[in-house]
Order: sequence, then C-alpha cells, then structure tokens
Amino acid sequence: MADDDEIILSELSDDELVLQMHDDLYDGLKEEIEEGVNILIARGWTPYDVLTKALVAGMTIVGADFRDGILFVPEVLLAANAMKGGMQILKPLLVETGAPRMGKMVIGTVKGDIHDIGKNLVGMMMEGAGFEVKDLGINNSVESYLAALESEQPDILGMSALLTTTMPYMKVVIDTMKEKGLRDDYIVLVGGAPLNEEFGKAIGADAYCRDAAVAVETAKAFVARKHNQPNV
Amino acid sequence: MDLLSKLLSERDWLLADGATGTNLFNMGLSSGEPPEFWNTEKPENILKLYKAAVDAGSDLFLTNSFGGNAARLKLHQAQGRVHELNKVAAELGREVADKAGRPVVVAGSVGPTGEIFEPMGTMTHELAVEIFTEQMEGLKAGGADVAWIETMSAFEEYAAAAEAASAVSLPWAGTMSFDTAGRTMMGITSADLAKRVEAMVTPPLAFGANCGVGASDLMRTVLGFAATGTTRPLIAKGNAGIPKYHEGHIHYDGTPELMGEYAVLARDAGVKIIGGCCGTMPEHLASMRHALETRPKGSLPTAEEIQAKLGAFSSASDGTDGNGPEKRERRRRG
Repeated sequence: MADDDEIILSELSDDELVLQMHDDLYDGLKEEIEEGVNILIARGWTPYDVLTKALVAGMTIVGADFRDGILFVPEVLLAANAMKGGMQILKPLLVETGAPRMGKMVIGTVKGDIHDIGKNLVGMMMEGAGFEVKDLGINNSVESYLAALESEQPDILGMSALLTTTMPYMKVVIDTMKEKGLRDDYIVLVGGAPLNEEFGKAIGADAYCRDAAVAVETAKAFVARKHNQPNV
Repeated sequence: MDLLSKLLSERDWLLADGATGTNLFNMGLSSGEPPEFWNTEKPENILKLYKAAVDAGSDLFLTNSFGGNAARLKLHQAQGRVHELNKVAAELGREVADKAGRPVVVAGSVGPTGEIFEPMGTMTHELAVEIFTEQMEGLKAGGADVAWIETMSAFEEYAAAAEAASAVSLPWAGTMSFDTAGRTMMGITSADLAKRVEAMVTPPLAFGANCGVGASDLMRTVLGFAATGTTRPLIAKGNAGIPKYHEGHIHYDGTPELMGEYAVLARDAGVKIIGGCCGTMPEHLASMRHALETRPKGSLPTAEEIQAKLGAFSSASDGTDGNGPEKRERRRRG
C-alpha cells in the first residue's frame, strides 16, 4: 500500500472519487467522506445518487467483508460512523428533493436483554443502506414495541436477543401482534447470537438474520417484495 | 496459596460447572428478570443451582453474578445493589462449597458491561476498572476464591477486569467468547489472547474460551491456544451444542455423550479446567466427569477428529492459520 496520503479529493474525476469514497468508508475516514459528499453535491449530483452510489455501495462492501469474517466490529463501527457523517449532510437534502425512501425499521432488544452491540450494528448498517431507523434501545416490552409500531408506522420490526433466557420473549411479541391482527402489516426480522433460522421460523418471524450484513440484505429483499404486492 | 492454584498444581484436570442461565430458566426464571435478583429473592434456587453442579462432580463453579456490574444492573434500576448482590452470590457459593466434602472452588463470575470502549464507544478504561472493582469487592466479601472474568469480546475490557481483580487482591482467571468466524466479536483470535495474557502485569492463573458457537468451534479455539506453545493452564467452557426452540423452551442439541467426548478432547488438547456453558445441565457434567475418569489420555486431537466427533466448524478459518479471507487491498490510502 502506497504511503502517499496526498490525495486531493476535489481533483479526482467523479468515477475515481466514488471509488475513493468506497475506500474511505472501508477505512472509516469520516472527514474524507464528508468532504466527498460535499464535492459530489457541488458537482450537481442528486442527493439520492450520492447516497446510493457513493455511500450505500461503499457500505455494501463493508457489510460483505463483515459477513465473510474479514472485518470485525471495531472496523464496522468506524465505517458506520463515517457513513453517519455523510448522512448528516444528505438527510435534509434528501427530504428537500423528495428522494425515494428505502423503508423504515423499528428495532430494539427484547425485555430482559440488555446486550445491544449487535442491535446497534444492525441499526447502523441499516442506516448505511439508506433505511430510516428508529432505535427503541434495550429491554423492550410488548407494549413498547406496539406503541412504536403505531407511532412510527415502519415497514420492518427488528428484534434482537443475546441470551437464551430472553429469546422466547420474541414469540410473546409476535403472538401479541397476531392477536391484534397486526402481524401481517410488518416484516418481522429477528437476530442475536443464540438464535438460528429454525428458531425464527418456530416463533413466526419472517426471517432470522445471522448478522448485520444479512439483516440489510434480507430487509432489502422483503421490502422489494412488499412493494410489489398489489394495493400496498 | 489460593485454592485454584493449589488444585491446578495437584490435579491433571478440573471439572468446572455448566450453564447458569439455562438452569435458572428451567427453574422458572422469567424472560426479563435479571438472574442476580434471585440471589436475594430466591436463594434456595441459587443454592440448588450450585449444588447440582457440585453433586454432578464439578471441582469449580461460577457464582450467579455474571451481569452483576453497575452498567448492567442500572438497566434494572439496581445499580445501588452491586455490592449486596455479588456478596450474596458468593456467600451462597461458599455455603455449598464448604459442605461438599472435597475442595471446590467458588469462582466469582464477572461478565461484560455491554458497553463499547473508546474511541468507538463511550466506555473508558478508568470507568470499567471502577465498575469491575465494585463488583469484585462484593464477590470477595462474600468469600469467592477467585475472580472469574468471562464471555469477553474486547481485550480492553478483559484487561480492565483483570486490573480490578488486582486492585481487590483476588487471583483471577479469564475467558473470552470466540463467536465470530472463530474470533471474538471484536476480532481477537485465540493466538492473540494467548500472546496478550503473557504481556499483562498480573497474568491470569488460567485463561481460555467460553460460550461462542458450539463445542466443536470451542475446541478449534483451544487448538489455537495450544499451538502458541503456552504453558499457562487453559480453560474450555463450551456450549452444549446449538440452541433449538421447542414448545416455548430453549433446548440445546448437545447430548451428555457428546459433551463427554468434548471433555476428553479438551483434556487431550492440554486443557486443565474443563466445563460447559449454555445448555450444559447436571447430566452433561456427570457424563463429562465419567468420561474424564474412565477414558485414557490420548494424543493432541486434530481439527478433523474434532469435527468428526463434535460436528463441523462454523467457519472455514479462525484467523490463526493464515488461510482466512484477506482484508481487501486498498487502492490509494494506507
């Protein structure tokens, strides 16, 4: 790897700059990402193109390498932090220009579970993929999930558990949604270290997501499917 | 000499305990309740938990204090009860150990804070040491023989807990959870941990791995420790297989026979403290004890042997063999 840190972002062509931003996201360089976003906007790029082609595409690489055991949590947190820097610039512009929304997710760990590193990662990677994320934090009761579904009107409900003692509570939440006739209004994704696909099926979730990268891929697939349904 | 050091010097292997959460859950601990509250609310259940491990043959058991630090108890508005809950956890342990009729180590369990360290997160070294010191003072006051630091992902946190053990003058042992492609969530490999403990100011009496994916992956981690040539006593506390959901309950698919195989493989790989983690019930411990006592010592198991007996590894590499996927080449910046 060359030791020349003398890259002047503003001197790169659009294509080169986008590739450089993918690299800089991978390396978690927040200031460089913010600079890159500002340059592309100044060059007349739409905020949506900056989001999808520079940031989301870059985070997809980070996600793939996290999924494949090449990057680990510290690197992903740094990348997500850099992404966040870029998003802060883009967010108001995206609203102004009425850019299409990827979808919205409400996420939280279930009652009794206070592990939240995995849940935070999923939130960050989902934001990295352009989703709007409402994070309910830790230790959520059925009531708190239902209240958030009501007030936020998300496409997706994400639940996380890291303890075998708290996993069954996910079923309590899903069963309550069924009782109230709400279950089919949402895509329900579950995750957490002790979980597996079989568990996800057994409790009636739409999918179990092994890690944050898989959560993003799964969310994208389900939202696309949902949008393809007639009259939705 | 402390009891753990004494037993380590006298014995070829020690049987540790199994699961805490799984056992308490089976006694009716409900989802959402911090297990540490039972130390004062249902001490009879905690005594039962400890006694079941001792009766099954454990030479060492962990106290019910895994989440008993201020950072985690705060989430249940119980940050003011750290000393009390840890002291009682150890006192109940003392009561069981002292009646065992043989030497049994009361290991004061210390789990992670759940916070991420600076610069990615907000936890500082000073604050972590303070949090763990408060917890360990309680464990020591209750009569714990050793501080048992477990399920750690970040080496910074492992080291902060070790520093706290020194601050309260407790000997310590510590394990990390290698659950992500053979590494900890924070990317630490088995070889990294083996190397780093030797550079510590007060190294552990024993170090190793707990929890993670299944018994098979845990044994791969053990081989990684052994390959470094470490002479420090090793700890293996693997899960009894993989969790399955069955009629409202979580059930681990590892049988007592499988855990017996695992115990023998661990011993043959040079592990001195062998136990289970999630899903490991008294019947598993009894089977492990029986296997360790009746099966002759074999040679260092190979990765192939481990997979044939315990199941396939969850990833192709664990980051110690140089065969893992490479970080991608950056084009421009270093």
